[in-house]
Amino acid sequence: MSEPLTCDVVVVGAGMTGAACALYAARAGLAVTVVDRGPVAGGTTGAGEGNLLVSDKAPGPELELALLSNRLWAQVAQELGRPVEYEAKGGLVVAENPETLDGLRRFADTQRAAGVTADPVPADRLHDLEPRLAPGLAGGVRYPQDAQVMPALAAAHLLRASGARLLTGREVTRVLRTADGAVRGVRTDRGDLHAPAVVNAAGTWGGELAARAGVSLPVLPRRGFVLVTEPLPPRVRHKVYAADYVADVASDSAALQTSPVVEGTAAGPVLIGASRERVGFDRSLSLPAVRALAAGATRLFPFLSGVRALRAYAGFRPYLPDHLPAIGPDPRAPGLFHACGHEGAGIGLATGTGLLIAQALTGGTPELDLTPFRPDRFPRTTKEAEQ
Amino acid sequence: MNPLELAGAGPGPAFEVTFDGRRIEALPGRTVAAALWAAGVTSWRTTRGGGRPRGVFCGIGVCFDCLVTVNDRPNQRACLVPARPGDVIRSQEGTGRAD
Repeated sequence: MSEPLTCDVVVVGAGMTGAACALYAARAGLAVTVVDRGPVAGGTTGAGEGNLLVSDKAPGPELELALLSNRLWAQVAQELGRPVEYEAKGGLVVAENPETLDGLRRFADTQRAAGVTADPVPADRLHDLEPRLAPGLAGGVRYPQDAQVMPALAAAHLLRASGARLLTGREVTRVLRTADGAVRGVRTDRGDLHAPAVVNAAGTWGGELAARAGVSLPVLPRRGFVLVTEPLPPRVRHKVYAADYVADVASDSAALQTSPVVEGTAAGPVLIGASRERVGFDRSLSLPAVRALAAGATRLFPFLSGVRALRAYAGFRPYLPDHLPAIGPDPRAPGLFHACGHEGAGIGLATGTGLLIAQALTGGTPELDLTPFRPDRFPRTTKEAEQ
Repeated sequence: MNPLELAGAGPGPAFEVTFDGRRIEALPGRTVAAALWAAGVTSWRTTRGGGRPRGVFCGIGVCFDCLVTVNDRPNQRACLVPARPGDVIRSQEGTGRAD
């Protein structure tokens, strides 16, 4: 067994959330070690699109976290510069018929009251914003606060900027606890890491890590496919999606849902994303899912019918039963903090989550009320009740 | 030694394709990349960022380095697309599409 390492906090998970937790914890003066059984951005972070969206969120705790996170992202992007491919491009949500447009406009009214900038766009102005949009759409709403980063690069650069010690290819097998239950570090397959605090940023595998600490957290995977086109000159300016997407994001249905989000990238390819289905950890390619994505995207942008899709990739969005993440200290295991379960919004919500975790770690007053994100808000399992 | 002799191959008669307007001969079954190589062409694309020359790298359809425009369709993998009689092959700059 290798020499035990000591630090102030061990962050489990080298994805976007773990990287942001490491950055803000280090800036708060803590000595941080990040450990991951895989590589940096090897899980959900490497399988997403890098959406920093406020547009798809209804007023409530998640939107507040998104607004905080978007402000922080703008700062982080200014510090780190171009390498994270941050683009404050804005979102454009379109409605295909008047009924959907009514719903979208009402939704935007509630968001506006919660601090979101949401500008109605009449049908005859849509093409000023997106010249290649399909004709005949009923109208839309523009969200200037929506932005984008390249998630794998962002995770890597935030980790580097944090100065944290990074241990990849090293699996946490157990969260170590003292006789009175307090966290004292983690056991890995290559030795122990000692710290009075452990942050669970294990994403979709956050439930498994919680179990290794002896507590339950019902994180479940929701599979999502993203289609990648051949590189194109700039053709899609905003993050563009149909208003149905919001309903899909909030849906409790297990069935396949595919309202497409279409966006250009700095590298050239257009990303078409947002299929959602609950199929456990099944990675196999679903032709119906990618076909529906392609069809939906082509309905929004007819020019895509002449563009080739180069590949598709899938990832697992970690969700909790009420579709809110778990952020903050776990009263069941003093010293354990959770930062996972962000579903498909984890890149966007990472900065705010990182700041809140750092504030909780240092005993500061969190910028947002953590009550809605309490990790112990779910009913206890039978096993826990017996203890 | 000629690879055809090495493999004891007896391909059908050659046909013509064009590369940037120049006529070149291709044998049946050859990919666009093989036809270009056989004609002594090893680079037919420039990169999007730095304008660097590119041709075949992996040769098996994985790396997308050998992209080329065939019959006005950009971003074809030269190493996978079979050459067909009369194909109009053009070298590609950047995305292969007008801005």
